[in-house]
Amino acid sequence: MPTAPAGTLYRGREGMWSWVAHRVTGVLIFFFLLVHVLDTALVRVSPEAYNAAIGTYQTPIMGLGEAGLVAAIVFHAFNGIRILLVDFWAKGPKYQKVMLWVVVGLFVVTMAGFLPRHLMNVFGGGH
Amino acid sequence: MAHGTAAVAKLDSPRSPYVRRKTTRGNYELYSWVFMRASGVVLIVLIFGHLFVNLMVGDGVHAIDFGFVGGKWANPLWQVWDLLMLWLAMIHGTNGVRTIINDYATRDLTRGILKGLLLLAFAVVVVLGTLVIFTFDPCPPDAPAELLASFCTA
Repeated sequence: MPTAPAGTLYRGREGMWSWVAHRVTGVLIFFFLLVHVLDTALVRVSPEAYNAAIGTYQTPIMGLGEAGLVAAIVFHAFNGIRILLVDFWAKGPKYQKVMLWVVVGLFVVTMAGFLPRHLMNVFGGGH
Repeated sequence: MAHGTAAVAKLDSPRSPYVRRKTTRGNYELYSWVFMRASGVVLIVLIFGHLFVNLMVGDGVHAIDFGFVGGKWANPLWQVWDLLMLWLAMIHGTNGVRTIINDYATRDLTRGILKGLLLLAFAVVVVLGTLVIFTFDPCPPDAPAELLASFCTA
């Protein structure tokens, strides 16, 4: 019976938590991707089948889900660039903590640009 | 040893150069590490473009229906865009989940089953998605015209 490893190298703080967030957002995006290819594949069934499936994406609850999905993608993308810099830029490891706060700042700016437009599309007018 | 003379131990010369032990498992993990970084950069462009065109332009998510997809895939640029996005995202995501399974599933059987399911999901989604992009008919003959892209009736 295998047991959990006793004692770990996890040290908390920016380095570990950004790694955890990268994993969590990555898994979320992956499972959405599986569903998203399947729903898009309904265009091969009939226009009615596709429109019915995509219609369920256009409800307020799914609209909030899309906002969460975009948030996950934006974080994963910006933190991915941070990982590249840590790996390939000579000073990357030295500035990895600062770069996480840059990632968080860019995330806030990007979401501030996306959310009002998206939430207006979801909750205002339209259908 | 069969020969009596083998009792003399064979030692490396003290000045023999360091030779890296040859790995027996190939460079798969190195290539996968490089692929995650290379595909990640391309995916940022592809996915941000995809999200911008589908969620931000016009009426955003409300504009998406069969006609919208038909209109997009009538353009070879979006066919190639979506095909590349499908393949890169699926390989990138599958490889990421593989890493996570390797990290947390400690029993051989559990790990084998999870990775088997992962490979199955990968194959089904990539094959299905690729077929859909290449065999899609934006103007199916028996469908009501108001559900189709405008060029179908023109």
